Amino acid sequence: MTPTGYFLEHLWLIPLFPLVTAALMLFIGRRLPNAVVSVLCVGSVGLSFAFALGAVTQLLSADPEYRVAQHILFEWLTPGQMQLSTGHLIRFTADWGYLLDPLSCVMVLVVTGVGFLIHIYSIGYMGHEGGYYRFFGYMNLFMFSMLTLVLANNMLLMFVGWEGVGLCSYLLIGFYFLKKSASDAGKKAFIVNRIGDAGFILGILLTAVTLGTIRFTSAGLTDVAATSGIRQALEAALHSNALAAGAPVFTTIALLLFVGACGKSAQLPLYVWLPDAMEGPTPVSALIHAATMVTAGVYMVVRMNAIYQLSQPARDVVAVVGVVTAIFAASMALVQNDIKKVLAYSTISQLGYMFLALGAGAFAAGIFHVMTHAFFKALLFLGAGSVIHAMSGEQDIQKMGGLWNKIPVTAKTFGVATLAIAGVPPLAGFVSKDEILGRAFETHPGLWAIGFVTAGITAFYMFRLMFLTFFGYSRADDHAQHHIHESPQTMTIPLMILAVFSVIGGWIGWPTSLGGSNQFEKFLEPVMFRVGPATEAASTAQQTSPTEYFLMIASIAIAVAGIWLAYEFYRTKRFAPELVARKMSGFYRVLFNKYYVDEIYDALFVNRTKDLGTLLGQFDAKVIDGVGVDGTGWLTRFGSTLSMWWDKWIIDGLLNFGAKLTQLLSFPIRFLQTGTFSSYALLILVGLAILLAYYQQHLHVVLRGAR
Amino acid sequence: MLPIGHYLFLGLALFIIGVIGVVTRRNVIVILMSIELILNAVNINLVAFSRLYGDVAGQVFALFIIADAAAEAAVGLGIIIAFFRNRETVLEDEMDLLKW
Repeated sequence: MTPTGYFLEHLWLIPLFPLVTAALMLFIGRRLPNAVVSVLCVGSVGLSFAFALGAVTQLLSADPEYRVAQHILFEWLTPGQMQLSTGHLIRFTADWGYLLDPLSCVMVLVVTGVGFLIHIYSIGYMGHEGGYYRFFGYMNLFMFSMLTLVLANNMLLMFVGWEGVGLCSYLLIGFYFLKKSASDAGKKAFIVNRIGDAGFILGILLTAVTLGTIRFTSAGLTDVAATSGIRQALEAALHSNALAAGAPVFTTIALLLFVGACGKSAQLPLYVWLPDAMEGPTPVSALIHAATMVTAGVYMVVRMNAIYQLSQPARDVVAVVGVVTAIFAASMALVQNDIKKVLAYSTISQLGYMFLALGAGAFAAGIFHVMTHAFFKALLFLGAGSVIHAMSGEQDIQKMGGLWNKIPVTAKTFGVATLAIAGVPPLAGFVSKDEILGRAFETHPGLWAIGFVTAGITAFYMFRLMFLTFFGYSRADDHAQHHIHESPQTMTIPLMILAVFSVIGGWIGWPTSLGGSNQFEKFLEPVMFRVGPATEAASTAQQTSPTEYFLMIASIAIAVAGIWLAYEFYRTKRFAPELVARKMSGFYRVLFNKYYVDEIYDALFVNRTKDLGTLLGQFDAKVIDGVGVDGTGWLTRFGSTLSMWWDKWIIDGLLNFGAKLTQLLSFPIRFLQTGTFSSYALLILVGLAILLAYYQQHLHVVLRGAR
Repeated sequence: MLPIGHYLFLGLALFIIGVIGVVTRRNVIVILMSIELILNAVNINLVAFSRLYGDVAGQVFALFIIADAAAEAAVGLGIIIAFFRNRETVLEDEMDLLKW
């Protein structure tokens, strides 16, 4: 039976709640007191969470193969004629609709759940900051965009959410916009993401002209053609042999989409914005740059897994980029001293793991890691925020130490998250990371080796962070030491809840080899079912084998090795880190300067762009202004000079000539006009006399007649 | 009844006195008075011919001219006063603004 219910019918309310409060905040938030802002904004996210829980519960009540709900609110782009690459004309449409299937279930719960906790935490963390309403307005706008992204039923609507989260990321990174480094970091994030978005858009367009639809699936819809979803269109195309599995067009689409994923999920070579994004407030780093937005790329690839299943080369690229990013970022995390930067590189590295999973065809494992990572990385960031709060804003771990007893709740929850990310069983990180490494070993043993080493590095740098921050003697200055205090309850309670999930969050995907049943993968199975004929045997159900136990023991061993090494370096000081750094000074310097990637990008792209700008500016000044504007000005002036000359000498000249002529001709006569009227009277008299003399005869006649 | 020649002679005499006054005197007020003489000379002619022909129209004309002379004196004296205020003179040879 297709699942029904109030919450499923009203899926659209889930993103709407945060949108309403975001609009409220941005329009009238300035006039509201902080308490009202808190209640409204946190409340709306809580409502979304409640509705999401309700919807997921109702979906779960159905049988696994029917677990999909799709509702189209309205036709967003009206149908129009479009020519496919095969030459067929079809009616293309994009709708505004929401899709809830097992995959979006996981994402929507993670986004609203972790988002809700981070919102609560923010009440305490942002309480003393200016722009409280602005912060929550942006955060709620982010929640709306992210929920649109994960609930969208087609690629174009997903892209709307995709751009929305990018915008909010920009706004929140630059939240302290008076700080130059913060506004620069916001710009950087926005511009780097544009590169990825270009790939995503091209991918959407290529999908549209290849398959004639951008809707993910037609499941859950009743009144549409069978091929109106990407998955259905793919199956139809494969069935009719219009397209073969492994056709180049699939590789192209997959790679274009992956470019988009690289930008959003901070993979090589577009990862550079994420470390800088730490300029934003810490809850932002936790929510956007660790738990939710940066995993949008992973989600998108999993959402499009039908296409990735059909292209081995694209999967190989994804896997290689993922694992190289993982070890590359982990190595940079080794030497960072800023607590948030360490976590940022760690996030990039963990995202690399997720892409390794996707490249290995283990889409469920990738999403599983998205979920567990959201728990423990949000916890790490929130813990880091709490530490920074306690240290009066200090972020340098070299100036911390000895905090374990002073801020016990933060320290213990941070410890749980550190154990989880290091991969210590039975915490969440162990289960998901082991799943990924196990699946990678089956398909790409070479990449598994790199991922394996990265696991050791991860354990090492996380425990380095732990030891430097919480153990040993304090290296803070007196002023900061006096102010060390545990954070308020609005901050510590979310930490504790997340700590619980960091422990138990992985248990729903507990591997079969350890007596579990991996329910998580079974849950996601309906979204992942194979498209077309079997292309490979790689994803046969995992069997309990000696190899698997060996891999598991190996990952535990390397995690313990990493932890032990960190312990010896930073706790017992049996090895001095300074000594190692001096011995390998060249390598250390390269790591410390983050492989000079920012400098290389500056030299290759940023400065070249600026040069182009300067060149265009000069073109503007010299050619456009010089020839165009000034030339036109000169011509106009020349024309008006000519016209003025014509006016003065020809038009006026003719007039003056007439006047002069009149003056000349009137020369003798004008002396009669003396101005004294006695002379005029005399003239009149003379005239009269002449007239009388002339008419004398007639006068005579008149007079005679009178007599 | 006196023959018409007497009246005409009187008219002519008045007219010539008036013309001489207009042409030779410098004071504008005197010139105005001389013009009144000329008008009266015309009146005498009109009345004389009216009597001669037994036609009353000439006398009506004479009455019109008397009214006209009164109006003319009023306007003329007004102009002279205004002029005097500006230039402090009523001598006609100093009123030469209208020449070329």
